[in-house]
Amino acid sequence: MAGLHNSEFSNPVINWIDTRLPIFTMMQKEYGSFPTPKNFNYFWNFGALATVNLLLMIATGVFLAMNYTPNTSMAFESVQRIMRDVNYGWLLRYLHSNGASMFFIVVYIHIFRGMYYGSYKKPRELLWILGVVILLLMMATAFMGYVLPWGQMSYWGATVITNLFSAIPLVGDSIVTLLWGGFSVDNPTLNRFFSLHYLMPFVLIAVVFLHVAALHITGSNNPLGIDVKTPQDTLPFHPYYTAKDSVGMCVWAMVLAALVFFAPNFLGDPANFIPANPLQTPAEIVPEWYFLPFYAILRSVPDKLGGVSMMFGSIIVLFILPWLDTSPVRSARFRPIYRVLMWVLVIDLLALGAVGAHRPEGIWVVIGRASTAWYFLHFLVLLPLLGKFEKTLPLPDSISQPVLKGGIGGGPLAGAAAAQSMEKN
Amino acid sequence: MRPVALALFAGLLAGPALVPAAFAQDAADLPKQNWSFAGPFGTYDRASAQRGFQVYKEVCSACHSMKLVHYRDLSGIGFDAKQIAAIAATVEVSGGVNDDGEPFNRPGLPSDMFKSPFANDNAARAANNGALPPDQSVLLNAREGGADYIYDLLTGYADPPAGMTMGDGMNYNKYFPGHQIAMGQPLHDDQVVYSDGTKATIEQEARDVTTFLAFVANPEMEERKRLGAKAIIFLALLTGVTYAVKRRVWADVDH
Amino acid sequence: MADSAAATIGHHPPGHGPADGTKRDFLALVAGAGGAVLVGALAWPFIDSMNPSKDVLALSSTDVDISPIPAGSAITVVWRGKPIFVRHRTAKEITEAQNVKVADLIDPSAPATDAERIKAGHEQWLVVIGICTHLGCIPLGNKPTDPRGDYGGWFCPCHGSQYDTAGRVRHGPAPLNLPLPPYAFETDTKIKIG
Repeated sequence: MAGLHNSEFSNPVINWIDTRLPIFTMMQKEYGSFPTPKNFNYFWNFGALATVNLLLMIATGVFLAMNYTPNTSMAFESVQRIMRDVNYGWLLRYLHSNGASMFFIVVYIHIFRGMYYGSYKKPRELLWILGVVILLLMMATAFMGYVLPWGQMSYWGATVITNLFSAIPLVGDSIVTLLWGGFSVDNPTLNRFFSLHYLMPFVLIAVVFLHVAALHITGSNNPLGIDVKTPQDTLPFHPYYTAKDSVGMCVWAMVLAALVFFAPNFLGDPANFIPANPLQTPAEIVPEWYFLPFYAILRSVPDKLGGVSMMFGSIIVLFILPWLDTSPVRSARFRPIYRVLMWVLVIDLLALGAVGAHRPEGIWVVIGRASTAWYFLHFLVLLPLLGKFEKTLPLPDSISQPVLKGGIGGGPLAGAAAAQSMEKN
Repeated sequence: MRPVALALFAGLLAGPALVPAAFAQDAADLPKQNWSFAGPFGTYDRASAQRGFQVYKEVCSACHSMKLVHYRDLSGIGFDAKQIAAIAATVEVSGGVNDDGEPFNRPGLPSDMFKSPFANDNAARAANNGALPPDQSVLLNAREGGADYIYDLLTGYADPPAGMTMGDGMNYNKYFPGHQIAMGQPLHDDQVVYSDGTKATIEQEARDVTTFLAFVANPEMEERKRLGAKAIIFLALLTGVTYAVKRRVWADVDH
Repeated sequence: MADSAAATIGHHPPGHGPADGTKRDFLALVAGAGGAVLVGALAWPFIDSMNPSKDVLALSSTDVDISPIPAGSAITVVWRGKPIFVRHRTAKEITEAQNVKVADLIDPSAPATDAERIKAGHEQWLVVIGICTHLGCIPLGNKPTDPRGDYGGWFCPCHGSQYDTAGRVRHGPAPLNLPLPPYAFETDTKIKIG
């Protein structure tokens, strides 16, 4: 397939480049004229938001690394030097730490949207799996990044999480020693976590690229969960969704700004302002909020290997979700029982989050176990059964149809306008 | 679907917010104070922070280090270059080694960090009945409850309730977790003499030193909030304009 | 651009006049400009974070005891991470430096006369930043036994630049005289650089 690309761009410079390397044609095809279902709601903002958020994390991270020292004797001080002496260092750091929280909020909503509207179903299974890989990479990156300031929670978080691997029979202890590069979390651990924390985001970028590439093969799902049938069902990505994504980005930036400028330590733990002390564990070890549900699952199982397996299992189960959900209907809009179950799952995860934030005593143990059981029940039992027994609502014939009928999402006036435009075609 | 979606979005944003709130249970019982630096437009009360520095220097610094703070940082609460140089010069710091290879001391400079009262943590423990007085550079951020907690702790010393057995050398404090604190009551009425004539009650001293500790823990706060106000206003306008653009772009689409 | 995109798929409701398009284009322009301002404003903190930080700027002065420097020799002290040559000049070196005509210099820009390059009353002391103005090497010549070039000052081993006893470049390729750091005599035997 050698040969120059026949570029349609009129600008001579762009044409010259595009003839030899058709990146402009590609951009135009994938982000300009790319046919996108016309009925997206604002939930479809979150993929773009996550991409922007990742880029912000990389940019702030690279500049923070210019002033950070990955050595146990200097890490804490070097972070404080960034906060106090480096020009706008406090801004870069707070953007990075709160940006991590925003990244998880955005991605969790993005995952919820994928589940609610059945975006993981055929033919988008691989797209979904790549997404779960992104989630796992994010978690690993966030965990290692949290160790770098070398506060008390950094140190003890690293100790507890790396010790999870000691639950593996036979080789567990050797793996932990390997991770640590010693016999406790120490300088070699910090040094390698810094190296990997710097590397992983670029791996993330690569997987995000695959995720988007897979998306552009299958095309986007939509709130109705039905396939695009005619050109009337779609709009070019630009300007319609560039404009709509921009609105979401502004709102996202405002939320982030509110956190960074007015409550920068709101989501953090005060204990991380105490330098790491290997001889004294803080009264309560809690991970950052975005890990709390998984931490709750870990603690809800009164067996070391069992807890670790369940915690990793709670993510692994997402990989096989496309095959656990046997219903042919994608969108929860037409699945009355599934819709209820989705909201129950959200409540379940919020409950797990609360459990993770409290000492495992009294009622919290009960809630933790019940919520953990429900989580797995949802995915492993209810979803497979639901596909067989749930009576789904009738699906519209096309994405344009509900609009024409003036049904879901549009008023009668919108329907009339649509009818007119149909006539024109 | 739209209201539900908005509710969900709000819920997911609020969800993580509830978590620290759940943690702050204990902190919720702390009596609250009005702080000059609270709120989106709060600034450090310069006079109070300067008095607080005096309290730190004359009282706290006997045991507590402040290793991350430099004398030059005092410009942030209104000391001028001359005052800072004079303050720094009151301490002797190591000047490294001279040309003969002998260690020597020199007077402190504004670029030096606050001199620690003890050479190392072991010396600090040995002098304090085995307890290590924590470094105060970011102490305010490192405690649940922040400024309120520090203030309440400093003013919360009392006689132990009847029937409570106190550990050897421990002191009763209403707000310290467990109520037994190794640090003896540090502040009393007229512990310091304020040069600006402010009456040095224990409450005043606690308020001043807390303001100073808030400043050293978050010296960037005033700049941060100033920049934040601009950022939020700008982003709000941009959100409005962007939303208007989106409405216009979508005006001819039935959806 | 929005119009053309809409036109291609035929969503052009009647009554959509040019006035509408103008208003939309204007709004899009405002939004685009706003986005550009936002990106620009966000870029500045990143760039500025690479400038010298407060702790670096704070270490801006160095005290030097000059009494142990023998005549004819120089010592190197560090100021802001740079080598500073403090040279105790002999009477002969001072005379040589004073007798040079500014017009003969490669770099005649001020401070070029010997009087401009020292502090009045302290003619025997020359304080210069010891970095060759060619490509940043450190010239030789602090010890009397070092190579000092044809002009008795300093000789840069990298590309052969030569400086005289007032630190002025006399033989290329260096284009400029050795710069002077800000300094002052605290006493006759102590200077404060910075």
